[in-house]
Amino acid sequence: MTLLDVENLWVKFPTRQGIFEAVRGVSFTLGKERLGIVGESGSGKSMTGRAILRLIRKPGIVEANHIRLHETDLMKLTEVEMRKVRGQRISMVMQDPKFSLNPVMTIGDQIMEAYLLHNNTSKAQARAKSIEMLNAVSIRDAERVMRAYPHEMSGGMGQRIMIAMMLIPDPEILIADEPTSALDVSVQRQVLDIMDALVKERGMGLIFISHDLNLVSEFCDRVLIMYSGRIVEVCDADKLHQAQHPYTRGLLNSLPRLDAPRKRLEVLQRDDNWAKADSVSGAV
Amino acid sequence: MLEIENLNVWFGIGRDRVDAVRGASFSVADGESFGLVGESGSGKSTILKAITGLAPTWSGRIAVDGQELGRRRDRTFYKSVQMVFQDPYASLHPRHSVDQVLSETLHLHGFRDIDERVVQLLEDVGLGARFRFRYPHQLSGGQRQRVAIARALAGEPKLLLLDEPTSALDVSVQAEILNLLADLREEHGLTYLMVSHDLPVIGHMCERLAVMKDGEIVEVMDVEKLRQMKAEHPYSKALLAASVAG
Amino acid sequence: MSETETLRAWLLTDTPTSRRHARLSSFYKGWLALRSNTMAMFGLAILVLLGLTAVFAPFLAPHDAFAQDLGNRLQPLGSDGNFLGTDSLGRDILSRLIYGSRITLYIVLLVAMIAPIAGLLVGTIAGYVGGWVDLVLMRITDIFLAFPRLVLALAFVAALGAGIENAVLAISLTAWPPYARIARAETLTIRSSDYISAIRLQGAGPLRIITKHVWPLCISSLIVRVTLDMAGIILAAAGLGFLGLGAQPPSPEWGAMISEGRRFILDHWWVATVPGLAIFTVSLAFNLLGDGLRDVLDPKDGGTQ
Repeated sequence: MTLLDVENLWVKFPTRQGIFEAVRGVSFTLGKERLGIVGESGSGKSMTGRAILRLIRKPGIVEANHIRLHETDLMKLTEVEMRKVRGQRISMVMQDPKFSLNPVMTIGDQIMEAYLLHNNTSKAQARAKSIEMLNAVSIRDAERVMRAYPHEMSGGMGQRIMIAMMLIPDPEILIADEPTSALDVSVQRQVLDIMDALVKERGMGLIFISHDLNLVSEFCDRVLIMYSGRIVEVCDADKLHQAQHPYTRGLLNSLPRLDAPRKRLEVLQRDDNWAKADSVSGAV
Repeated sequence: MLEIENLNVWFGIGRDRVDAVRGASFSVADGESFGLVGESGSGKSTILKAITGLAPTWSGRIAVDGQELGRRRDRTFYKSVQMVFQDPYASLHPRHSVDQVLSETLHLHGFRDIDERVVQLLEDVGLGARFRFRYPHQLSGGQRQRVAIARALAGEPKLLLLDEPTSALDVSVQAEILNLLADLREEHGLTYLMVSHDLPVIGHMCERLAVMKDGEIVEVMDVEKLRQMKAEHPYSKALLAASVAG
Repeated sequence: MSETETLRAWLLTDTPTSRRHARLSSFYKGWLALRSNTMAMFGLAILVLLGLTAVFAPFLAPHDAFAQDLGNRLQPLGSDGNFLGTDSLGRDILSRLIYGSRITLYIVLLVAMIAPIAGLLVGTIAGYVGGWVDLVLMRITDIFLAFPRLVLALAFVAALGAGIENAVLAISLTAWPPYARIARAETLTIRSSDYISAIRLQGAGPLRIITKHVWPLCISSLIVRVTLDMAGIILAAAGLGFLGLGAQPPSPEWGAMISEGRRFILDHWWVATVPGLAIFTVSLAFNLLGDGLRDVLDPKDGGTQ
């Protein structure tokens, strides 16, 4: 079943030197699956995620034939209607929780506020629900965490709290933009496991944006590889290491590996034709 | 080249005191490349700060090239030990051009033939003279890091401290920078002390490494042992397992 | 046409070929950013006009600013030969305004030379050195900040004696503490950045770091603050003039002109209103320019787009 259907998405920024196209005609669909989007910085992967929620700041422009969430075309909604979609039906987790949490409010107040915003219930019920959410993201001492302020939290804790907050309204789609790159490897794994379990339990669609090919190949079902605003290759995540496109191959080969030591690392030789070729469709 | 014995580094005083490094000891031989691995907050970067004098409150013994270091570092120290920072977006002055950055550094190290040396340094790090008059915002992350490396090489140091030099960069750029660092080490006979959270990167660059946890060194091993996954300490094992799986 | 095009391309290049080229290029890009801000350009135009008026005052003024003509006193706006009327001594108000622009500019420039530089010195030294130096310098700053500006200026002028130079000195003495605060706050963030650590590792001393690395980053926010404060400085100078402690008669300082006109404000309103409008216009111009400069110079943007 298709949750989200994006066709011919463009993100443009007018600059003094002309129009800069960050995303150039990207099409893909998302079902109840974990879809990875990988690419280097500047490949347009984050812009794609933000454009779906129409979170591109002015003077940036989002254009698309359609961005369909079930039957609603997000491109046709007004800003007010769009605000209901954000958070309610599609949630987003950003890279650094430090910048997403309000530093002068306790964590409990923030989660409860998010809950009350979407549900018409009593405070006591919101509180109970918030603790339940924190437990769901494997935070043991939920009562204490509710009273704490964001700066008292470690990066991994902060990111779990963010995920808890994003999941409160029970969205259909979660967009995670580099959710673990600010975290240590061991913590990274825990956060990913939590996300994985939640996505499976609730039957959500997940768009996982990352620069880390190994992580995506392990964690996702399907992967889109982006280069200069276009999708250059689509493949099943577990077959990522057999990818065909020279760009994907180059990225994989440039990683140092413990099991296969080399004197020199392979350097990616870029080809102008990669940027010129048409975007591959990521639709199923 | 570098000897560290029973190094303690702390920040703050009294109740606010945080012991960032506790009783760390290791030594790096001439021409060797040594890695420090650990998660954030393990104190690995703090060791570099103590060596360079950026963290003034430390005890223990640090000796570079047989010379024991005191509280103050003099010009001769900064000529032989240099550092490359983690974030190339933060380590270059936003209002200074590449030329200003390198000329000032060369001037401080007392060189006279500054113009020729600036061009030579840019050639050495694979940028070339056409980058000379650009400002940081006109450079990509990898190019900035090359400028930072050129700045570190300006005084012709013997020991280069590398603080996660590629963690802010894309993997393809990381490969270029790591190759550059390997080449420079060979050409200039440099000794590296490299800090990273990325075990494969350390495995690629270093001959020996120390694993740090909560301010203490839990294990020192060769890279061969690392490659064969033969770490002894449970923490190193866990770290290794997490890195290989990821 | 093609020559201006190539000059433009030369200035907008991302690959400058010499020191001068790089500097001109970044200057031109800042200018382009400022030019796209209509209100800032409007403010700049008024200030340029003010400057030209001050320079060419003898050619522009229709009458002698000091010539009294008691038979022709308090003429209304638009009267024959006196476009903006005459004051209580029959002096042409337009001519006095034109000559008064010189005094206004003089005050503005002097204060702009003294106060921010004093503030920059105190603030950056306090911020960079820290410890007890910081404590002492900032407590002194607090003492100055604790007084209302005009009251402190009044006290200084009263002690030093009335006159335009003393008014400037008094205003400067009361104007520097906010600059010191800003400079200190900026220095504290700059001091802990990697590029300062990097230059320290090259063996640079505090003097070099403050003057060559900290100042260039503080100055832009100070320039913005100065232009925004200009309105207040002009008003303070006018206030002192109004109280008779700034420029002395018969000098055509705008504040003093309002002061002279206030006696007739009900019957002959223009005598006080016209210089008031001049002060208003110039203050507004400085504010608009300051707003535009803030967008261009804000170091947080790092000059990128």
